[in-house]
Amino acid sequence: MKIHEYQGKFLFERHGIPIPRGIACFTVDEARAAAEKLISETGSPVVVVKAQIHAGGRGKGGGVKVVRGAEAAAAAAEALLGSRLVTHQTGPEGQIVRRLYLEQGLEIARELYVGLVVDRERRRTAVMASTEGGVEIEKVAAETPEKILTVHVDPVIGLAAHQARRLAYGLRAGDGSPEPKRTVAELSTVLARLARLFDAEDCSLCEVNPLVISKSGSVFALDSKINFDDNAAPRHREWRELLDTSEEDPVELEAKAAGLSYVSLDGDIGCLVNGAGLAMATMDIIQHCGGQPANFLDVGGGANREQVERAFKIILSSPRVKGIFVNIFGGIMKCDVIAEGIIAATRELDLGVPLVVRLEGTRVGEGQALLAESGLAIQTAKDMGDGARKIVAAIQGRT
Amino acid sequence: MAILINRDTRVVVQGITGAAGAFHTTQCLAYGTRVVAGCTPGRGGESFAAADPDGRPVAVPVFDTVTEAVAATDADAACVFVPALGAADAILEAADAGCQLVVAITEGIPVADMVRVRRALEGAETRLLGPNCPGVITPGECKIGIMPGHIHQPGRVGVVSRSGTLTYEVVGQLTSLGLGQSTAVGIGGDPVGGFDFVDLLAMFEADPGTDAVMMIGEIGGSAEERAAEYIATTMTKPVAAFIAGVTAPPGKRMGHAGAIISGGRGTAKEKIGALRAAGVAIAPSPAEMGSTLKALL
Repeated sequence: MKIHEYQGKFLFERHGIPIPRGIACFTVDEARAAAEKLISETGSPVVVVKAQIHAGGRGKGGGVKVVRGAEAAAAAAEALLGSRLVTHQTGPEGQIVRRLYLEQGLEIARELYVGLVVDRERRRTAVMASTEGGVEIEKVAAETPEKILTVHVDPVIGLAAHQARRLAYGLRAGDGSPEPKRTVAELSTVLARLARLFDAEDCSLCEVNPLVISKSGSVFALDSKINFDDNAAPRHREWRELLDTSEEDPVELEAKAAGLSYVSLDGDIGCLVNGAGLAMATMDIIQHCGGQPANFLDVGGGANREQVERAFKIILSSPRVKGIFVNIFGGIMKCDVIAEGIIAATRELDLGVPLVVRLEGTRVGEGQALLAESGLAIQTAKDMGDGARKIVAAIQGRT
Repeated sequence: MAILINRDTRVVVQGITGAAGAFHTTQCLAYGTRVVAGCTPGRGGESFAAADPDGRPVAVPVFDTVTEAVAATDADAACVFVPALGAADAILEAADAGCQLVVAITEGIPVADMVRVRRALEGAETRLLGPNCPGVITPGECKIGIMPGHIHQPGRVGVVSRSGTLTYEVVGQLTSLGLGQSTAVGIGGDPVGGFDFVDLLAMFEADPGTDAVMMIGEIGGSAEERAAEYIATTMTKPVAAFIAGVTAPPGKRMGHAGAIISGGRGTAKEKIGALRAAGVAIAPSPAEMGSTLKALL
């Protein structure tokens, strides 16, 4: 689950990580009032108006405006709210801006990068830091990986003080600061608190790009990008209030609510499969046979009849779908239960596209018998290769 | 011969009274697995009724703690069906009780919990399979997990996979080609877990009952690349592989928590390239996994 920059910053604040003063806004009037408040509080006319979308690259995409005065802030808000922001992470269709975050302008001396992520190979949280803040870190990683410093966090100890120091001195955090020792100490503290936040809040990603050192030598998180580990949602009731459903794909949300795992793709053959690996393999074999999959859909290990029906509805909600391939290898699932769901969905939805069903595993005989007795136009397949060939042929009008 | 488990393995099922635990314990007993104990806190003293492969009734004693279960029954392997938020603790409980092998079936365990579990198991004798995996089966001898037993056949091909149902698919293909399995292992689809490919490849390499290995990988992480390095430098037995997710888009989690291409890394193409360079036979499609392996023998 992803959250907005301003929501992440409120988490930073709660964990003692310094952030610039800022106010979240939904309308132009709120933005004007927020700017007036920030200007009177800080005594500086400089305000930063930042579009809040669940994608990075906002600065380059024109989603961050540095302005002087409340009227200029209101004008920037007017231009941004409701506009479609395209960044290298949104895809060409972009994302609509519905929220803004207004922030005091800071006098920045240096921009650093800090990112925390679970390192799968080391089985620890990795804290990565670089002097190359403010730009695409992917580019730094690809072109000059030596500029990224990494330490791994022992979950029992947390980020050790010496590890934080190693990063802070490695970044030469004191360089140019009026009080180098204080700056290094502040940065070390921020790094340790970020590591604690990452663990306590069950993050899967926490990036601060940039983490800045101001001209006065103080450390601030100027941005935040936080993703939560969905598996931990049951122990974080507060996440429900942070979820912005307008940023999510509505069909993927609906699938999630039904206990299905769904990802929309560009092709025209809908897939309904049990198990993530088999679902990916089904997409692959469709392409191997000359077709293009319209989706990834895993109905899970213990799907029932209702879930199969909902899965059909979700697949058919895409106007691109010209045929459906059901590929089930029953382990926990019983093939006859799947067959009942397929029959019910086909009848209820008055299915108008070709349907190929491959069933294998537990109670396969009963499942196939149900399909055969249904009298519906369902093609059965003897294995997944046969099924993929049949559905590709069917949508290309070769049956 | 086989790896990890055999007819002498004595299993304690954690979460035996839950819906999934009860269903699969019944299936395992019917397959012939020696499930000697169950554990559900608060249900100690009860007994779990099922039947053996010949239909004779079996009563499995239930204990409040795994330590009691092990003391009373000499269980040496644990199978975890405990719900996600309690599952990491259940793994640690089994390790603490001295179980040599813990098979964690549970899906949806928070990654931070598994990071702590791995830290706690450093230096321990307990070995962990999973979580979010179908388990392990030595056909004809012992099944600890949720795979359909009937598709397997005793034989000499080792199977190791990050997937569940795709493992059943490949086992089904092997069996229908007359190729039985020495042991089939699902290592699970989570970013942080127990055994990885290299651990299992080393066990199959050392197992006199295994002639060749079928490996099923998928997008995300670099476990397949490390496997390729191991195969190139150390492995003498032939290996065939299939990598799922050639058509998966970047940045999207494909069901499994660990199946994601992030920052341009972890693509199927990279993995296939690394394995091919290590001399692994790559199945061109998931319908040809079994036949690709067969061609190596």
